[in-house]
Amino acid sequence: MSDTPLHFKTVAELSSLLANGSLTSVALTEAVITRTLAVEDRVQAFNSHDRESALNQAKASDARRAAGRSLGPLDGIPIGLKDVIAVRDQPLTASSKILANFVSPYDATVTTRLRDAGMVFWGRLNMDEFAMGSSTENSATRITANPHDLTRIPGGSSGGSAAALAAGQLPATLGSDTGGSIRQPAALCGVVGLKPTYGRISRYGLIAYASSLDQIGPFGRTVEDVAMLLQAIAGADDRDSTSFDAPVPDYRAALSAPRERPWRIGIPKEYFGAGLDPEVATAVQNAIAHYRSLGAEIREISLPHTEYALAAYYIIATAEASSNLARFDGVRYGHRSREAETLLDIYFKSRAEGFGSEVKLRIILGTYVLSSGYYDAYYGRAQKVRTLIRQDFTRAFGEVDVILTPTAPTPAFKRGEKSADPLAMYLADIYTIGVNLAGLPAISMPCGFTTAGLPIGLQLIGRPFAEADLLAAAHAYDHANDWSKHTPNL
Amino acid sequence: MSAPHIDIDHLAMLSRLALTDAEKTKLTTQLGDILGYIEQLQQVNVDGVEPTAHATPIFNVLQADEPRPGLSVEDALRNAPAQRDNMIVVPRVVE
Repeated sequence: MSDTPLHFKTVAELSSLLANGSLTSVALTEAVITRTLAVEDRVQAFNSHDRESALNQAKASDARRAAGRSLGPLDGIPIGLKDVIAVRDQPLTASSKILANFVSPYDATVTTRLRDAGMVFWGRLNMDEFAMGSSTENSATRITANPHDLTRIPGGSSGGSAAALAAGQLPATLGSDTGGSIRQPAALCGVVGLKPTYGRISRYGLIAYASSLDQIGPFGRTVEDVAMLLQAIAGADDRDSTSFDAPVPDYRAALSAPRERPWRIGIPKEYFGAGLDPEVATAVQNAIAHYRSLGAEIREISLPHTEYALAAYYIIATAEASSNLARFDGVRYGHRSREAETLLDIYFKSRAEGFGSEVKLRIILGTYVLSSGYYDAYYGRAQKVRTLIRQDFTRAFGEVDVILTPTAPTPAFKRGEKSADPLAMYLADIYTIGVNLAGLPAISMPCGFTTAGLPIGLQLIGRPFAEADLLAAAHAYDHANDWSKHTPNL
Repeated sequence: MSAPHIDIDHLAMLSRLALTDAEKTKLTTQLGDILGYIEQLQQVNVDGVEPTAHATPIFNVLQADEPRPGLSVEDALRNAPAQRDNMIVVPRVVE
């Protein structure tokens, strides 16, 4: 711990240093800002940042602590948010030209909760425009690099959140996950990312992509850090009627709670078929062997409708997106075309100028599957297939506690490799998408590196609202392997 | 189902998107590819299966109908492209 530079320490380590008085929030925040600026020309993870605001928050934290009024274990620790989560008086762009000059008039509920925990906001992190993408190349603002290989993509859509953490620019970040947008970039950047159960965290103040699938979640260097962050943001919120009033247990304490019986871990055969990179397969098999050595019972299971998840997802997600993105009309906020003369012109031209090509494609696809004559054949059928996918998981959880899979079929790919072919890009999410359709919690954590030095991610999927169990199962592996110490050379 | 018919002008109109000819050509091709992939859902037997709209067991959520503070007029208008007298300005709609 002592020889790790400050910018690569975990939230748990920083929390101890702040608590015992050997570190101040101002010193930590200054170190984070210095590191951010030192590597940002190579990583390009940030859409914007506000040094004065961050240092003022850090000073306030130190003053609280000095007065004996610390707000808890996260007080004074910097965090960066994906640029799709509202922070009052800060820019909020969704990496889209249509929101290029938007400044948020309010805080998202997660933002309020992190403020209440004393965290220091540093930076708005890059993403695929409106969270539509798997490489962060669909951003209208900048192209983010993978810190482990700057010629490769960081994954997406929360690529900035994963890359900033991996690069040591932040000790903690938040992202959002609609089809894998937290877990896939976490896997590709060698960090931990959690997509909580649908309804575990309020979506108030999250710019909507697909409302029945979207969920905010934390990124951290370790499973323990992710548990600490989840603690701060989980729980029902009367501003989001889809947030669920389930108890919020002590997630960090659950990591080391004694278990009455060994883990039963399901390995779905459908997740190990064609298209899985051999080095990823080997690393995941090694992780399975590790769990077996810890006493876990490993069972092969089947999730028979897995092959249909991607098709169902692209109908449901784009249908919801075409409706959600109708609000960007150039009237009340966002870009308004200078070429428009009539009200209808404002809609057509502002949207044409403001949205990027992937967003237009998804709006058109969503409009198609909802349009008269096609609704039953596409949208209606996809919703029924969604039921079958949920039932696959429900059946599996009758015999296992968690399900273990690779997070992504390949390690990080080269910039530009898939950007011309949307369908090839969509396949990057093939192992993560079923979880969103079923509304389940799932975590990605590092499980090794390729011979070329690229991180490989392992996914664990849990029962609804059983994040405590899921995190404990993940911690058993993560704590013993400590892949987070393999930081990139930047 | 046969190969899907794509009327890109109609879709652009429904979507309120002014598309260039080059965009229309590209989007028609991409949409055709994706619809071809999605076609595999026709193989699934969904007889008697109920649709899932979202995965949480929540149906009606009620709360007391009581006023509480919301955005101020100033905050609500701070991102408006054009405003006058606490209102958003748009082109004339009725002649």
